[in-house]
Amino acid sequence: MNKLQLITKGLIKENPTFALVLGMCPTLGTTTSAANGLGMGAATMFVLILSNIVISLVKNVIPDKVRIPAFIVIIASFVTVVQLCMEAFVPDLYATLGVFIPLIVVNCIILGRAEAFASKNNAFDSALDGLGIGLGFTCSLTVLGAVRELLGSGSIFGARLYEGDGMLIFVLAPGAFIALGYLMVVFNKLTAKSK
Amino acid sequence: MQSTLKNMVLVLFLITLVASAAVGGIFKITEEPIAQAKAAKTKAALAAVLPAFDNDPGQDTVSTVVDGLPVLLYKATAGGQLAGYAVETQTNNGFNGKVKLMVGFDADNQIVNISVLEHTETPGLGSKMADEDNKLIVSFQGKNPADLKLAVKKDGGDIDALTAATISSRAYVDAVERGYKALLSVTSQQEAPAATITTTEPAGQEGGDNE
Repeated sequence: MNKLQLITKGLIKENPTFALVLGMCPTLGTTTSAANGLGMGAATMFVLILSNIVISLVKNVIPDKVRIPAFIVIIASFVTVVQLCMEAFVPDLYATLGVFIPLIVVNCIILGRAEAFASKNNAFDSALDGLGIGLGFTCSLTVLGAVRELLGSGSIFGARLYEGDGMLIFVLAPGAFIALGYLMVVFNKLTAKSK
Repeated sequence: MQSTLKNMVLVLFLITLVASAAVGGIFKITEEPIAQAKAAKTKAALAAVLPAFDNDPGQDTVSTVVDGLPVLLYKATAGGQLAGYAVETQTNNGFNGKVKLMVGFDADNQIVNISVLEHTETPGLGSKMADEDNKLIVSFQGKNPADLKLAVKKDGGDIDALTAATISSRAYVDAVERGYKALLSVTSQQEAPAATITTTEPAGQEGGDNE
């Protein structure tokens, strides 16, 4: 697998949201608007890249039986770093994403990549893998957020596209499932053709 | 790598040590910007709800408890004269729980403006309480709560509720009422003349209690 494929596989073939269907909690919970989706995706990507690098660097000194606790501690530290930085420098985004930031720790995408990729590959490849999967996650969340924001409140990234209230249900929890379901249909239709 | 008790304990200890040191370091770095961001937010909310003032209301606060919930009052002065109070008040009766408001009163207890500090109301319905010039704010602006029946129109009061968000509107009114009660109790303690006003005008409070 060449370096470019490491990045692009996360976008389509191993897209964490639409193909692997991992990390559904933040996906459904935070995507009430495109900006929120982008923020959550970027925070997750940041944690994913850093934890992948560190885990692949220390993989040879971690005894097998305690690797999961060790991974979790590393991931949790980076999440705390992200949380503190966000609270300090982008308080508005922090106010919206607040409760979901600590949940990045238990996002199965991150532990999954640590276990499946970073603990078997070198640091550079692991960073690229984190970048690819993180980009895939960010794109999926931004698209889902944009669709929900467009249908639910009639705007994209806060820019008003039409007047009125839109279909409110898409901003609420049920709309997250409906929008995600239809986006998966579209995604599967498109990827099936390319196979 | 082979797991033995010794290397497992050692490795986990080292990892947690490094991790906590790193998190502690970042905390030190971000501590000040976080405090600044919070102070800036409070300052912006104060400026939005108060009439013109030239002191730092953050330095002159009184905290009190009304009906079991804490209320914080910021005193604003202009040229040494009382300009008004900003009251940070809250209620737990929102559609999804807590609603926190900053209510600005001028020296005559008239409401200047209200801003929503924190809420978890339904997006698109109750969340409109945080919009500019929504029905709730317009119902309160420039009025003295003593002259209003503090309840939404559906409950026989004087306040226009948000469309399809009566529960959120009731919570909003409840929070404003709590803030007003706190204001009365504080002003009556601090300035003797104000006490007569508070005791002669209990009508507003009673109206609100009928919800």
